[in-house]
Amino acid sequence: MQRIVLLAMTLAVAALMGSSLAAPVNYKTPDEVAAFKPGPNLEVVQGNCGACHSSDYVATQPPMKDKRAFWQAEVTKMIKVYGAPIDDADIGKIVDYLAATY
Amino acid sequence: MTAAGRKAPGGDENVRSTRSAQGSGLAALAAGLGATKALALDTVTLPFANGERPLVKYPQKRPMIGLTSRPPQLETPFAVFNDGPITPNNAFFVRYHLSDLPYDLDPDKFTLEVKGKVDKPLKLSLKDIRKLKATEIVAVNQCSGNSRGFFEPRVAGGQLANGAMGCARWRGVPLKAVLEMAGVQSGARQVTFNGMDGPVNDKTPDFIKALDLDHASDGEVMLAYGMNGEDLPFLNGFPLRLIVPGYYGTYWVKHLNEINVIDNVYDGFWMKSAYRIPDTPNNAVEPGTAPKATIPINRFTIRSFITSVPDGARLKAGAVTLRGIAFDGGKGIKQVEVSTDGGKTWVGAKLGKDLGKYAFREWKLPVKLASGSVELKVRAIGNGGETQPDTPRWNPAGYLRNVVETVRVSVA
Repeated sequence: MQRIVLLAMTLAVAALMGSSLAAPVNYKTPDEVAAFKPGPNLEVVQGNCGACHSSDYVATQPPMKDKRAFWQAEVTKMIKVYGAPIDDADIGKIVDYLAATY
Repeated sequence: MTAAGRKAPGGDENVRSTRSAQGSGLAALAAGLGATKALALDTVTLPFANGERPLVKYPQKRPMIGLTSRPPQLETPFAVFNDGPITPNNAFFVRYHLSDLPYDLDPDKFTLEVKGKVDKPLKLSLKDIRKLKATEIVAVNQCSGNSRGFFEPRVAGGQLANGAMGCARWRGVPLKAVLEMAGVQSGARQVTFNGMDGPVNDKTPDFIKALDLDHASDGEVMLAYGMNGEDLPFLNGFPLRLIVPGYYGTYWVKHLNEINVIDNVYDGFWMKSAYRIPDTPNNAVEPGTAPKATIPINRFTIRSFITSVPDGARLKAGAVTLRGIAFDGGKGIKQVEVSTDGGKTWVGAKLGKDLGKYAFREWKLPVKLASGSVELKVRAIGNGGETQPDTPRWNPAGYLRNVVETVRVSVA
């Protein structure tokens, strides 16, 4: 009897140890609540910037003296460095929005 | 730090107020102070302009300071560092670059591929890796951009206070052992590392990092599956990540599933253009200017912190024991000194247990404080003789901050 209990316990421990490798992770992040602030061309910004990252990337940037130059440089970096597929016609709209809103 | 920042030390105290008392009268006092400044229960204010952040709760994590949500970036509430030299898994900071995370990865199907200039390319399952002889190391991981929010003039990037660092006991296998199994060919120069996280846009450079072959096979660089006695939390790289002791977190590739031995110097974006520091004697440039030449970021600068008293705290006059932590890029901490008079005089602190040259080293020092406004300062001296500068160095990416930290308190 003792041996059976021991065997059962061994199997249970084995099952427990194996369980960490048994299933896909299925990790659930909380809902994304941050949103781009209202402003000119909001929908252009949502569609372009929001395709790759959440709005808090923008909202947490430091207050700069020359907002327009700062945001122009950021948008240029997103296009040239990170390959953001932003239409030429939208670049000015996005910079206008960011400089006016953040 | 700005005057506004000093008036509203905010963040850490607000977090502290949601946490259990830390056995310290100071912490309780600080919590009382912070509570009056709290904007909301679920918000903290880091002590720099535009420092308001939500406190967010992710699976496997306690409430953390939310920097961004997609991809997730979480900062450790600073009060955690007063709890001991090991940062709990559920409080360890999180930093991603690209938004396509392997949220559904199946550890049973996970494989680590070792390829390139090797005699025998490998495909190892997690079980294969766990069967190899395991080693452990206690080591600090710190984000290159830790403390970027304190840079003046401010710079673009993740605006972090001092909580993008942590120290854990990592368990895994030396990368050296796996490279030997694969048989590195002559002429190999570097090893590159790629994880399962990637960009949502195929024109965005995938996050791939490289180490020189000598470094990769030094026996300390590790493929880790364990962290503080548990599996890695998902957001810290489950099921396997690279551990590069003494080096900034950018090299500690998460969800690591591809190792490539190459016979040249890797020139991908994340090595050639990003994570670069000025190639100057102290890796700094005149604030607001651009460096002429740069090199890849590498070892941590030496740092130390007071953890038992937050900036802006009110303390009772008399005897009090100050506590904190220090660490460096791998030579180890020789001495920690504390000033209670704004840096005029310094006294050596007692160092805590040595958990290894890559670990947080605790320190403590009993001091007597007289009434008035007091500037507490702390500085570390490494086994190599290096110490912390009195004025912050500056570089355009906001890396390497290690100025002597100051905690301003009012004593009555």
